[in-house]
Amino acid sequence: MPAFVIRRLLQSVLVLGVMSLLVFAGVYAIGNPVDILIDPQAGQADIARAISALGLDRPLVEQYLIFLRQALAGDLGNSFVYNVPAIQLILERMPATLELALAATTLAVLLGIPLGLWAGLAPDSWQGKLIMSGSILGFSLPTFWVGLLLIMLFAVELGWLPASGRGPTTEFLGVQVSFLSWDGMRHLILPAINLALFKLSLIIRLTRAGTREALLQDYVKFARAKGLSNARVVGVHVLKNIMIPVVTVIGLEFGSVIAFAIVTESIFGWPGMGKLIIDSINVLDRPVIVAYLLVIVFLVILINLAVDIVYSLLDPRVRIGEAQA
Amino acid sequence: MRREQTPLQRIAADFGESRLALSGLALLALIVLAALFAPLISPQNPYDLAQLDVLDSRLPPGSRSGAGLTFWLGSDGQGRDILSGIFYGLRISLMVGVASTACAVIVGLSMGLCAAYFGGRTDSLIMRIVDIQLSFPSILIALILLALLGQGVGKTIFALIMVQWAYYARTVRGTALIERGKEYIEAATCLALPPARIVFRHLLPNCLPPLIVIATVQVAAAIALEATLSYLGIGVPITEPSLGLLIKNGFDYMLSGKYWISFFPGIALVLTIVSINLVADRLRDVLNPRLQQ
Repeated sequence: MPAFVIRRLLQSVLVLGVMSLLVFAGVYAIGNPVDILIDPQAGQADIARAISALGLDRPLVEQYLIFLRQALAGDLGNSFVYNVPAIQLILERMPATLELALAATTLAVLLGIPLGLWAGLAPDSWQGKLIMSGSILGFSLPTFWVGLLLIMLFAVELGWLPASGRGPTTEFLGVQVSFLSWDGMRHLILPAINLALFKLSLIIRLTRAGTREALLQDYVKFARAKGLSNARVVGVHVLKNIMIPVVTVIGLEFGSVIAFAIVTESIFGWPGMGKLIIDSINVLDRPVIVAYLLVIVFLVILINLAVDIVYSLLDPRVRIGEAQA
Repeated sequence: MRREQTPLQRIAADFGESRLALSGLALLALIVLAALFAPLISPQNPYDLAQLDVLDSRLPPGSRSGAGLTFWLGSDGQGRDILSGIFYGLRISLMVGVASTACAVIVGLSMGLCAAYFGGRTDSLIMRIVDIQLSFPSILIALILLALLGQGVGKTIFALIMVQWAYYARTVRGTALIERGKEYIEAATCLALPPARIVFRHLLPNCLPPLIVIATVQVAAAIALEATLSYLGIGVPITEPSLGLLIKNGFDYMLSGKYWISFFPGIALVLTIVSINLVADRLRDVLNPRLQQ
């Protein structure tokens, strides 16, 4: 077990190192930042001063080494645009993204598991078929277009919910959150639904498949033969056994929810990390791009690592398979 | 007496048994034709600035332009006909989707076959890269590449190839490993055929069916991802608007109730994706030997 964790940890560090090199080399090869960041009216002396202030006159290798040393110290350079530390900008925006991602995941779980159970228990009923058709639609429709439809219907036509922004935030455990105030909640609903749709479809399908499989097992037949109520058979015997794959997938997909939040945040003007990166790409604010990419790569690696380790604790077959490989 | 069917005829006959799949195929054919013949069927050339008139901008569907042209689906902020924009946009969307998938299939196929045929170090190196890549969300890989490379049709295609190749590599390797153990490969080896011939004439054709199914689904996924990236403003440039970029252009007008500028390109995008998925779904059933008999 410790060997597995250590190997998995080293692998993660290696991937992070390779990604940092790729990200840095690529980002510092985009266009010439001098043209974008410095006033074209400025004189030669001003331009030269700005270049040396930003460290753009050094060789690339040297820039990377400086960047790596500073990155390890938590300093990823100052934003060209805001002139504050890039990492600080990202961390300021992170709670908004995490709140959105958590809200979407919660929504997907709370709706997906009951709907999937229903579709699995009554696969041939019209409700079961409707749920499955809905989940196919959830897979096929591009997220951003569904977001536009939501805005069109609920914000423009009906005027029930706001189209953009995060609304007022309340402090909760030292973090600013939206979901505690009514107005903040109203701002959260549409983006959360939008981000949840794809995962909702996934959870419905997983739960349905798991339920159908579990219903054929002997322990369910035995529970029924004992005369247990239907609610108890489904709620305890079936549900417990389909939770492992569902929980694993939810864990693994959390990184993808954070990544896809880029799209939802851009549509709904949600002030999270995703909106920040798109804005930064448009103005070539390279320290922020680098910082964002490193932070999100780190997050995804961390999530995968955590899920792998937890999974190996739950399922000994994974450890044995790894040891033999 | 019934004639012997060729495999292709059998596949075609099986495919035709599903009405839903046939209607998907018909819709897809229409969409592809519309894209191919866009210059002939479009009421207006949306790239020709001489044909545009600012006075015609943001007209609702069904209105007539100053020059007497009818905007069946309305006009956008520059007075461009939405319908013509969709036909031309489809060309870019389909081209990017098909080109990136085709290239990714070639890359993935070569990598997968290499991994399966050579085994050992080559195999574990290729498969480790595949594992690491598949642990990242697809949109994140595309975003990293496009953030590094900048906008452009070629760059978007490159990003989509990098996103997709790993799926094919993994599938081909899996299939190839199973096929390699079968008797016809043993027979070919006994005949002392050159390895290249065994790989390309014997192994490759038998790895194709699962690959075709995944590639069809992936064309739809690639079109959706391209639209998303272009919507975010990091995909194709404004001079070559795909459906995603058309939707983005209409977004600002939507809050003032001018829904058609974004809505209709979105419908075209969804119809394209759904029709491809319907075809892919049926292909999966038809090409799966376990469901035969």
